[in-house]
Amino acid sequence: MTAAPRPWALLAELTHGCPLHCPYCSNPLELVRRSRELSTAEWTEVLRQAGELGVVHTHLSGGEPLLRGDLAEIVTAAESAGIYTQLVTSGVGLDSARLATLTAAGLRSVQLSLQHADPAASDRIAGHRSYAAKERAAALVRAAGLPLGINVVLHRDNLDALDALIRRGLDWGADRIELANTQFYGWALRNRDALLPTRDQLARARDTVQRWRDRLGGATDLVWVVPDYFDGVAKPCMGGWGAVSLTVAPDGTVLPCPAAASLPDLDPPNVRDHPLEWIWDHSGAFNRYRGEEWMREPCRACSRRAEDFGGCRCQAYALTGDAARTDPACALSPDHGVIRALTTDAGHPAGAGPPAPTGGYAYRKPGG
Amino acid sequence: MTGPGPGTRPAPAGWRPALSPAVNLRHDRVRDADLLVLPERVVVLRGSAAKILRLCDGDRDLDAIVAELQSRFPGAPVAEDVPAFLDRMRTQGWVR
Repeated sequence: MTAAPRPWALLAELTHGCPLHCPYCSNPLELVRRSRELSTAEWTEVLRQAGELGVVHTHLSGGEPLLRGDLAEIVTAAESAGIYTQLVTSGVGLDSARLATLTAAGLRSVQLSLQHADPAASDRIAGHRSYAAKERAAALVRAAGLPLGINVVLHRDNLDALDALIRRGLDWGADRIELANTQFYGWALRNRDALLPTRDQLARARDTVQRWRDRLGGATDLVWVVPDYFDGVAKPCMGGWGAVSLTVAPDGTVLPCPAAASLPDLDPPNVRDHPLEWIWDHSGAFNRYRGEEWMREPCRACSRRAEDFGGCRCQAYALTGDAARTDPACALSPDHGVIRALTTDAGHPAGAGPPAPTGGYAYRKPGG
Repeated sequence: MTGPGPGTRPAPAGWRPALSPAVNLRHDRVRDADLLVLPERVVVLRGSAAKILRLCDGDRDLDAIVAELQSRFPGAPVAEDVPAFLDRMRTQGWVR
């Protein structure tokens, strides 16, 4: 086996605790309890090892990372390891004193989530009154001179408000607005009937994005994360399994992607048991779907295999029960029918009628 | 919000290039490469890009940067290449 390329990025899920209960949360269904979280010293050591391994970028995420009282010390640890830090936050709990402490510790940028342009709808989707805190947080980040990204997860309940969402992001001073169509794993898969957009909604949303891109001329970066259920093309998930980045969960479990906790027989390694370098290079979990050896037909001989890496392993597992199958999002997958059935008008959970805010979410919560 | 972006205007007279605060220029020991690290991406710098960017301290103007590089690399096409390179960096928003 040739040595794997060094990882560039580490997603640090500092805690699964969160005041928000978004129905598409990327945390696993089984959330890590606060008592099992890594200590300050353990995160410091993880980040030191990550820097040695070649990681240059970390997202300090959660849950809500501001719930960690030692967040500034963790920022300092990353900075000392030569790792660029971006805080990924709901904005709840960010005040000027907290931000000043984090900035002094070396924090370089902030990514803020927004659920909807309308305050009441944003609070309803988040399952928590949080819109006002977000607006305040954005102003504080701008005042501190840090780059600000706004991250919006898109679904049936907010796609029709895309124009207003982009406007809100610009009003708040965002340098970058990430428009991320919901990826259906974990909580989002549980809520798929309520979240799945219609083709018409997506077509209008694409037009809206294009119109704003033309108008902005690159001054603000608009990122469109594709809705893979609708394109017939599998996404190049994580840039390949164990190829670009790694995720460290609150209890020290290390995963090739945040959704991989759902794979039942992965047996993921933990930083409490092994050095990060061994985990990256030698653990069974990181080698299982690395490269192309594991691929079957139709991926094995497909010309797209070096571009999409067979798509997403977690989606293959979620929809077929076998993580080594071709991602059903791909039109070439023998299982593509399970996705097509949902995305044609007749089979769409919203029916063929106009989309309406559905509510009725299974909100993300411990013991969900 | 509707006009051209900041990077699309011509460079101001007497421009003293400096790295944008969002950008971290660093050497990567593991890969033996110079990098620009940004909020959502990493740019691997080739050739003499890092040497030029390290002179963008907000203190030197364009002439001073060119003069410094000319003395370090006699005979290199510095006077043509460096202003064009820095203008591209400015358009990207990485240098201002």
